Amino acid sequence: MKMIKNIYQFYYQGFKNMTVGKKLWAIIAIKLIIMFLILKIFFFPNFLKSNFKTDEDRGNYVIKQLTQ
Amino acid sequence: MEHIDFSLVDWSRAQFALTALYHWLFVPLTLGLSFIIAFMETQYVRTGNPEWKRITKFWMTLFGVNFAIGVATGIILEFEFGTNWSNYSWFVGDIFGAPLAIEGIMAFFLESTFIAVMFFGWNKVSKKFHLLSTWLVAIGSNLSALWILVANAWMQYPAGMKFNPDTARNEMVNFWDVLFSPVALNKFFHTVTSSYVLSAVFVIGVSAWFLLKNKEQLFAKKSIIVASIFGLVTSFLIIITGDGSAKNMAKYQPMKFAAMENLYTGRQNAPLAVIGLLQKDKTDTILDKQNISLKIEIPSLLSIMAFQDANAYVPGIHDLVNGNAEHNILSYKERSDKGKIAITSLAEYKNAKKTGNDSIANAALTKLNENYPHFGYGYYANRNVNELIPNIPLTFYSFRIMVGLGFHFIALFLVVWILAKKDKLEKKRFILYTALWSIPLAYIASELGWVVTEVGRQPWVIQDILPTIAAVSQIKSTSVQITFWLFFVIFTGLLIAEIKIMLSQIKKGPETELIENEIRIN
Repeated sequence: MKMIKNIYQFYYQGFKNMTVGKKLWAIIAIKLIIMFLILKIFFFPNFLKSNFKTDEDRGNYVIKQLTQ
Repeated sequence: MEHIDFSLVDWSRAQFALTALYHWLFVPLTLGLSFIIAFMETQYVRTGNPEWKRITKFWMTLFGVNFAIGVATGIILEFEFGTNWSNYSWFVGDIFGAPLAIEGIMAFFLESTFIAVMFFGWNKVSKKFHLLSTWLVAIGSNLSALWILVANAWMQYPAGMKFNPDTARNEMVNFWDVLFSPVALNKFFHTVTSSYVLSAVFVIGVSAWFLLKNKEQLFAKKSIIVASIFGLVTSFLIIITGDGSAKNMAKYQPMKFAAMENLYTGRQNAPLAVIGLLQKDKTDTILDKQNISLKIEIPSLLSIMAFQDANAYVPGIHDLVNGNAEHNILSYKERSDKGKIAITSLAEYKNAKKTGNDSIANAALTKLNENYPHFGYGYYANRNVNELIPNIPLTFYSFRIMVGLGFHFIALFLVVWILAKKDKLEKKRFILYTALWSIPLAYIASELGWVVTEVGRQPWVIQDILPTIAAVSQIKSTSVQITFWLFFVIFTGLLIAEIKIMLSQIKKGPETELIENEIRIN
């Protein structure tokens, strides 16, 4: 329990005392939100997963694409 | 593959190139600066001199800025695999899955855990444990790069896999063949050592700025000495690994090698053109041939570079297009015929399996396996042969600029190291300005390395097996264009943020309070 408290304090104090780091964390957060909640969902669906239900269908589609 | 939307292929390639080049603006500094910081902190722990701690903390802050802005920019490439390159993504099967999964796990545990200790642990953990964490961050970030580069190397030299015609996926049969392929090992060491050189130039350039401003002279000189030694050692490693790259290229990607050298007619004692000017040859009506003028050549060096033998025959583009029986080189026509048989056999196999005709399926499978090494050439039967030749001016010039800059950096490391040791560097303003302006040159050299690698291997996504025209998803090219510009805006924004934060941290300089406190304590 004491170890968990120490680890918590380590990170808490670390984040609390950051200077430039706060700005960087804000950039990281904004970047991850844009990437995963906007780009991935609205602009980058997985083509095969969203168009075919099973791996067999996906494999057959790719073979058709490669051999037509 | 009768109707190819070249707009879709080109935009998908352009988007991947854009995101990869932007991603690579952030990666090399992380790989190299982490080791430079580890060396500096080692000096601090070894000597107990608080000035080394101050130096370490300053460069650690710049490392943190670069790491934070660059982190996760590579994930975009994975998004693109699934959306724009779904045929490729499916086709490579688990070959990419295993290295990328290992990379993700290692990056998370090694980097994220020990980066926290590195930044938050000063005066909270022991000096030695802090130093160990810094070293583990450096090793962890470099090992993360290993797995990505293994995946890239597999595309240049597919090894350790077997194609499964039932699923249309390449399956890994020997992990160690993938990991320890000659291309993978050399690619890893060449890429990371080039990153070390970039980082050394970065540290020297920033330190030169302090000397030009008459600020923080001791800090700047100590930083320059560490970075110049690091740069010199890694520059010699880069020459060795660069030589390894040339040998691998000549052996496994001869078209890339010939394109990089603008070598049309193969020959023994092939010379290397150190510099030259390319001009389109209007007399050749078949190939988009370039002539080279104003060239300076070193006799036989290309043969030595490729095969360690001055008399060795280096095949040219004509040999690779028309074939050369004497040197056992198949022509483009022979390979595309074999590739066509492989593609047709795959279709026959699938149809026979569907109808339950095992004898036809087995016969088709035998033909497929026999011709599989030429599979990708099948897409070029009856097409313009120039589609099989990479962009020669881009690979030719990129290679020469990269190598030229590499030698410029070696000279820079040597000069600044000698002047810093003699305590004369602060008076040599021309050298200091050269060092400062070498920072963007290091990034240019690093990016051009990737241009040679990736443009030079066109049209292949997987060497000889899968070309870009067969690898793309059948989506609208307009949607790729939209995301291209979206990424352009996002990445440019990140780059501007990085440069602004970096500059403000550099202008602040190393912390002054720290050393006063340390001196009081000591």
